[in-house]
Amino acid sequence: MSINIQTDFKTVGTRPIRPDGPDKVTGRAKYGADLNLSGMLYGHIVRSPHAHAVIKSIDFSAALAMPGVVATMSAEDLPEPGDRILPGAEIEMKLKDISPIIMARGKVLFHSQAVAAVAATSESLAAEAAKRVVVEYEVLPHVLDVHAAMADDAPLVHDDVFTQGIDPAPTRPSNLSADFEMAKGDIEAGFAEADLVIERTYNVPMCHQGYIEPHACVARSDENGKIEIWCCTQGPFMVRNMTAEITGIDLGKIKVTASEIGGGFGGKTTVYVEPVATILACKSGRPVKIVMSRDEVFRASGPVSSAETQVKIGAKKDGTLTAIKTDILMDSGAFSSSPILPATMFAAACYRCDNMHSRGREVLTNKPKAWAYRAPGAPQSIMAVECAVNELAQGLGIDPIDFRLLNAVEEGDVPLFGVPFQSIGLKQSLEAAKNHPNYQAALEQNQGRGVAAAFWINAGLQSSATIHVAEDGSLNVLTGNPDIGGSRASMAMLAAEVLGIPVETVRPSVVDTDSVGYCDTTGGSRTTLATGSAVMKAAGMLREELKHRAAAIWNVDIKEVEWYDGMAVVHSGIGIDELRDELRAGTAGRNPEKVLTMAELAAQAGATGGPLTASASVHAHSAQPSFAVNICDVQVDRDTGKVDILRYTCVQDAGKAVHPAYVEGQMQGGAVQGIGWALNEEYLFNDQGVLENAGFLDYRIPVASDLPMIDTVIVEVPNPLHPFGVRGVGEVPICPPMPAVATAVNRAAGTQLYDLPLSPPKLLAAIEGAGADNEAA
Amino acid sequence: MPLLQYEAPTSLAQARQALAGRSDAKILAGGTDLLVQMRLGLRDPALVVDIKHVPELMEITLGEQGLRLGAAVPGAVVTDHPEIGQLYPGFVEALGLIGSSQIQGRCSAGGNLCNASPAADCVPALIANRATCNIMGPDGERTVAVEAFNTGPASNCLAADEILVSIDLPRPGPRSSDAYLRFIPRTEMDIAVAGAAVALSLDEAGVCIDARVAIGAVAPTALLVPAAADALIGGTLDEDSLNRASAAASEAAAPITDKRGTVEYRKKVVGVLVRRAAGVAKARIEATS
Ligand SMILES: Cc1cc2nc3c(=O)[nH]c(=O)nc-3n(C[C@H](O)[C@H](O)[C@H](O)COP(=O)(O)OP(=O)(O)OC[C@H]3O[C@@H](n4cnc5c(N)ncnc54)[C@H](O)[C@@H]3O)c2cc1C
Repeated sequence: MSINIQTDFKTVGTRPIRPDGPDKVTGRAKYGADLNLSGMLYGHIVRSPHAHAVIKSIDFSAALAMPGVVATMSAEDLPEPGDRILPGAEIEMKLKDISPIIMARGKVLFHSQAVAAVAATSESLAAEAAKRVVVEYEVLPHVLDVHAAMADDAPLVHDDVFTQGIDPAPTRPSNLSADFEMAKGDIEAGFAEADLVIERTYNVPMCHQGYIEPHACVARSDENGKIEIWCCTQGPFMVRNMTAEITGIDLGKIKVTASEIGGGFGGKTTVYVEPVATILACKSGRPVKIVMSRDEVFRASGPVSSAETQVKIGAKKDGTLTAIKTDILMDSGAFSSSPILPATMFAAACYRCDNMHSRGREVLTNKPKAWAYRAPGAPQSIMAVECAVNELAQGLGIDPIDFRLLNAVEEGDVPLFGVPFQSIGLKQSLEAAKNHPNYQAALEQNQGRGVAAAFWINAGLQSSATIHVAEDGSLNVLTGNPDIGGSRASMAMLAAEVLGIPVETVRPSVVDTDSVGYCDTTGGSRTTLATGSAVMKAAGMLREELKHRAAAIWNVDIKEVEWYDGMAVVHSGIGIDELRDELRAGTAGRNPEKVLTMAELAAQAGATGGPLTASASVHAHSAQPSFAVNICDVQVDRDTGKVDILRYTCVQDAGKAVHPAYVEGQMQGGAVQGIGWALNEEYLFNDQGVLENAGFLDYRIPVASDLPMIDTVIVEVPNPLHPFGVRGVGEVPICPPMPAVATAVNRAAGTQLYDLPLSPPKLLAAIEGAGADNEAA
Repeated sequence: MPLLQYEAPTSLAQARQALAGRSDAKILAGGTDLLVQMRLGLRDPALVVDIKHVPELMEITLGEQGLRLGAAVPGAVVTDHPEIGQLYPGFVEALGLIGSSQIQGRCSAGGNLCNASPAADCVPALIANRATCNIMGPDGERTVAVEAFNTGPASNCLAADEILVSIDLPRPGPRSSDAYLRFIPRTEMDIAVAGAAVALSLDEAGVCIDARVAIGAVAPTALLVPAAADALIGGTLDEDSLNRASAAASEAAAPITDKRGTVEYRKKVVGVLVRRAAGVAKARIEATS
């Protein structure tokens, strides 16, 4: 299918102020914890002190004896979950693997897993009551390390998990939950052809998305058994569906309203507190609020899989890649929810290579279950391949960008995952990086540079939008996708563009699940593309309706009415081109015989058929991949192992940047998260499986002063399937930073340290080790 | 549920009274340690005595003898002071490193000291400056050198009913200065993995005639390292004396391995910091004379 792609825009590509900006900057915006209802109770969750144990009994009597303690709950209040796969969450899981994360059933599988909950009249009372819930455990041996978990005699996290992907299927349960391979060509022949082969292991630690706003919700049930939930989430429809499945309450009885959201990055594409607040609200008959603490967020939400990736990669002297082999081992925590599939499929998606082999293994351990984080899985495996590519290029004496240009995929190439590329912008992004001043800047002693390229698939999925025209001709655009990255601005701009009206006359809103058609979650870089397509479709329908209304007023045939620059115009008598000239020159004046504005059409709507509205839904199959290239310059302090980022540049193919400033914001934000993951962020568990750094003091995300201004270059190779050429932009930015930083650090320090994070103690030891090696040699 | 009691005395006498006979009370200065600890459930006092309304605790007196700093004076007041930073630039930079602008508006040198974290930033700088503590208790006043004030992580020499009133820093002699450096993996909002303060006096020829070296975050309390000072005194801060001072600091350090750093790493880095801080202090003397 080929479509005409518009290239001349009035609103798209400009930088209007985001509608949600002023309230966010001044603190007026309402986030998840900001709603309070009269009579509201506070819920508090009792969490497991053990990494693996049988729950023998739960005794609420002491808690319930406290005045002000109104309701309690445990897994007994939830229906027995079945094997059914729950749709709608970012990562598909069986209900029986999700329900125990909300409330443990029979066993706890990780430290801080929810075991019970209480609701009381104040926060402090609820916290005190939670302490008085007596849970009796029988502690079981636990396993934390992925290699230990694969040993024959390892404690089993689940006794009903049999490795998937192996033929014949194993008959013994194990912690290896998946083991699969994808291949093309002849990998060994590829290595035989190579003049240089690099083989190395790369480690990326378990980390957290680090969203600033903890999970929070209020739930209440009314006299008819109707449930209302207010919460911060990436997907109100997902919350509705998952809460219904987990609690057994009919989906049709639940209404979910999403608050403003203080970051999600994939972490808010599932539920934690909503079903608990719902049950407590039903049992108490009063609204119940639950706000997770930062500590709980770190310990008991969904952190991000660690990965150990072995790469073997070979090329000929001239730089042609001959074989790429990857073997990825991911820690999924206590349930099978890791992004091992995308990690395995997309590790080397930037490269044209005839011989590829990729293996992915997912291992279960007694840790919180892994969850999605921006481009789930890709940063971990791309880190490994990109570092190896840099080493290979260096070994062959080829500039790393030239090496990539030589091997980069382009239209028509078929990646390992099998879907041929259409028009894509990897080569253009590499060229832009090569021509950027950052790439030419001189490096001094103890400084180093790294480059990396990356791919992300981007999602389409289902979305709906409704547009209402107010009596003054201004518009309300309603969607069901929480705005994490500026999507309300994009929705307004897309509607304004289609209708040719000023963006200031469009009011975009994110509305509750009763007020708009179904929308999949905000995630997968899909909102501007898919929800935007629903908005564009509704705006197009509205434009047709407006023309009909104008035709009725003028009593002319619809064929004689054009929509031009936000107005209906009639071209009886003169041709449309002449009319356009007249309108441009302003000589058409304000002759209502020829021209009707939005405001005029809206004012007469009652007489021409009633209020003006349009609703549309899509299942978008127009998503196309994104590519990004990063350049990172660092300086290493050889005496302390400290790394300073000197310069950082992100290049990305956005297809068409609807609002360039917010695309740049996505690029910068992804770079910062990747830099943090590369240098300091990691989950540190003690040998009992207790997280030792459950706070932002010792879980070190970068602070503003750690970073230089992050430069951005937007490349625009239009998405051939979208009328404006839009691609998703939100996820690929986090894919290249880790390898760009790791390569830069190793070049600056003269080390080969690929065990992330490159924290100062580790880097100093590597520097000293490299020094000792040199002396010995 | 137990209720939390709050008192805000306006004189030392009242403060003493509020604390008399109570073992379940905590003094509140800026609260940037205490409130965080209460929120984390690490401390659970029945009475909080806010000392910010007691004049002696909020006063700054700068005279010929040197500086008397009220124990509860917020960091921002000290860092904004026109003269303190000229006399004790290392102490002021140490205090200024604490937290962010918001924290600076509250945090006090006294709180930093009394909280007795081994990593407290302004403690090594106070020690390097020969600072002493003026303590008021039921039986009157006593004075303790800062290096003897803390007795271990989260423990100090104060009795439950004693108050740290002020800290005295003697006026430095001519051609003297100090510096404090800490190592953190980030640039701010972090806790020292190692810290070092150096105070120096040089003669006209550039020979070091007096030195004090103190290190933090590498032992249960901040340490005065006389051997490091001895390595500097009598020399011109040449490579050799810096190497010896650095080695002496690494030697004196008795750190632990934890999530913030290993024993080996901390020992090595504290030596690096001593060397660098000595260089900064020397450069400061040379720049002002
Ligand atoms: C975000 C953040 C960042 C921080 N960054 C740093 C940092 O970089 N470096 C650093 O060293 N610290 C840091 N801290 C810790 C803290 O801010 C400092 O230790 C600060 O100096 C404490 O002073 P305060 O006045 O707030 O003390 P408070 O919290 O009021 O008191 C601390 C302790 O001392 C006791 N106390 C206080 N005054 C007296 C007194 N006069 N007599 C007897 N006992 C007293 C209190 O009872 C309490 O036990 C940080 C804290 C936060 C929250």
